[in-house]
Amino acid sequence: MNQNYLLGKRHNILGWTTFFLVCISLYMIFIVTPTDVRLGIVQKIFYFHVASAWNAFFAFFIVFLTSIMYLVKRDRKYDVIAVASAEIGVIFTTIVLTTGPIWGRSSWNAWWVWEPRLTTTLILWFIYIAYIMIRMSDMEWEKKSRLSAVFGIIGFIDVPIVFMAIRWWNTKLHPVVFGEGTDQTGGGLDTIMLYTLILSVFTFTALYFYLLQKGIAIGNMRNKVDEIKDNFKNAI
Amino acid sequence: MINALKAVIWKDIIMEYKTKQMTSSMLVFSGLVIVIFGFAFELSIEVLHKVLPGMIWVAMIFSSILGLNRSFMLEKNNDCMQGMLLLPCDRTIIFLGKFCANFLFVLLTQIIIVPGFFVFFDYRFQGGLGLLVLILLVGTIGFIAIGTFLAALASNSRMSDMLLPIILFPITVPLIIAGVQSTSLIFQGQGFDAISQWFYLMLVFDVIFLVIPYMLFDYVMEV
Amino acid sequence: MLVAEQLEKSIGGKRIIHPISFKVTRGEFVTVLGPNGAGKSTLFKLLSLATQPSKGKIFINGSKATTLSSNLRKEIGVISHHTFLYDNLSALENLKFYGQAYQVCDLDKRIKEVLRFVGLQLYIHDPVRTYSRGMQQRLSIARAILHNPSILFLDEPYTGLDQHAIQILNSVLQSLNKDNRTIFMITHNYEEALTLSNRLIVLTKGKVVYDADTSGIKAEDFRRIYLELVGSEKS
Repeated sequence: MNQNYLLGKRHNILGWTTFFLVCISLYMIFIVTPTDVRLGIVQKIFYFHVASAWNAFFAFFIVFLTSIMYLVKRDRKYDVIAVASAEIGVIFTTIVLTTGPIWGRSSWNAWWVWEPRLTTTLILWFIYIAYIMIRMSDMEWEKKSRLSAVFGIIGFIDVPIVFMAIRWWNTKLHPVVFGEGTDQTGGGLDTIMLYTLILSVFTFTALYFYLLQKGIAIGNMRNKVDEIKDNFKNAI
Repeated sequence: MINALKAVIWKDIIMEYKTKQMTSSMLVFSGLVIVIFGFAFELSIEVLHKVLPGMIWVAMIFSSILGLNRSFMLEKNNDCMQGMLLLPCDRTIIFLGKFCANFLFVLLTQIIIVPGFFVFFDYRFQGGLGLLVLILLVGTIGFIAIGTFLAALASNSRMSDMLLPIILFPITVPLIIAGVQSTSLIFQGQGFDAISQWFYLMLVFDVIFLVIPYMLFDYVMEV
Repeated sequence: MLVAEQLEKSIGGKRIIHPISFKVTRGEFVTVLGPNGAGKSTLFKLLSLATQPSKGKIFINGSKATTLSSNLRKEIGVISHHTFLYDNLSALENLKFYGQAYQVCDLDKRIKEVLRFVGLQLYIHDPVRTYSRGMQQRLSIARAILHNPSILFLDEPYTGLDQHAIQILNSVLQSLNKDNRTIFMITHNYEEALTLSNRLIVLTKGKVVYDADTSGIKAEDFRRIYLELVGSEKS
């Protein structure tokens, strides 16, 4: 991923691949997999929910990696990737937090449950927002990049600790163990559902990378425009 | 190195002694929290029993934010931070020094406010006092450690007082959960075994968020 | 003495300081002049070890100096247009803080010495916020020389000073220079610079365009040269 704002052939290939994956996934989700007996069609939100959740955390992992790389190498391209990944990460996290309650309302009759994974995702959302707030503050870009990189590292290290804490808290307060499976009652996954789930995760990951490339291109464009503006100002 | 550390801590203590800015605002704010909780909730003895641990932590967290912000705002005046960066020592001494001073001020506030809670709500504390002190100490250390670090980070922005709570609270969620849960158990009269899990979590948090900031402080302080 | 070797600084791909090399020998009083945006502050931050150069090296008293050379910071004193002083503390408390941190021996005696040197010994216990701007600047000098640095860096020290304060600052600087202390100053004020320094450097757009001894140069001549150098860069 170079500091280019022109998206080349590889990006288009990725775009079409993602498109096909999405089509296949939707077909699998809505046509092929059986509808859940108890929950009905709402259960299918599970595929989107899990796939988004995976990407929400994966995106933050990318933020973590690029933050470290930026602090070590001070190459602006890492900063551009970090920002793009964070913005996409927020979107995926928001999807998790909206699909969760929708699913929860139908399966547990509660809009929100303080279930460990969902609650950790909520905290992740706040950490993302904190990261973006640092980026939105009024500092020169070099400082902003450096400080948000530091926060990216701190935030990522914190996430596992948050999960552990919420999990322990949860088991003491809500002794009902939320098991695996689509309706969270501990039942296993049908093979076809498992494959569809894996496909969904894959599809969303492809989507993540596609959006990431776009985000990087936009980031580079933004930086270039700022540079041109600065040169203009200096010339006057 | 030690000399610089002592100098930084001493300087912060003398500043606070002269102005009493941090401790007074933290005390007053905590007091107001007590009053507002008094009005906000119907506090019968059963409810109080359940809710008091949380209230103590809420008061500590929100009042500490005031103090932490101020801690670095003082250094912005006359660019004193630059003066400290010139000192012939590791830059992390500044972090450690500020951490020690902030910890001291928050501790002083807590010594007054926690009994204050018991007095105002007429609550007879029957748990292990030593355990309560231990948990409050361990929790405060962790909160002030990462708090001092993020306050330094936030002080680079003009909206630092808005930024600090937003970046600090999500990170300290484990500490808050562990603190409130273990304090609850202590209020119920439980011993160390019951709270050991939470205690060790807080300890791990403290260590991680003293070491990581120590390593990253130089990056925050670059000019 | 201070050596800069092929010093370069870029921020975000934009070169602020083009490769600069120069040597400052012990006891020299060098002033760097230049228009806004020339890179004077950046050069200052590089030499006072506040910022890391993108390329190049700095040597202070023979040792390689980086932003992490905490020991070498003992050799440097910095006076900026900010005073680095705590308004609510007294002169004594401020100097005690810096003295302890710099591990100055015989601190109490040294504090009295520097305060007498800048003429503030009567105000030792007064909080700094009660000082006038000129007095604050003098106390800032006291703070900077407390640990007896061999090199003094000054960044626009005349900002906000009235004539009287400027005179005091000048006499203080002259005595410091007589002590064989190296002084490196950045300022707009070339009249004072001509009187005080024995070497002038002009910086424009990150490059050194003039570097010469001040002996024998008249103020009007230099003014002409300076405006030419600065004007030519703008066109």
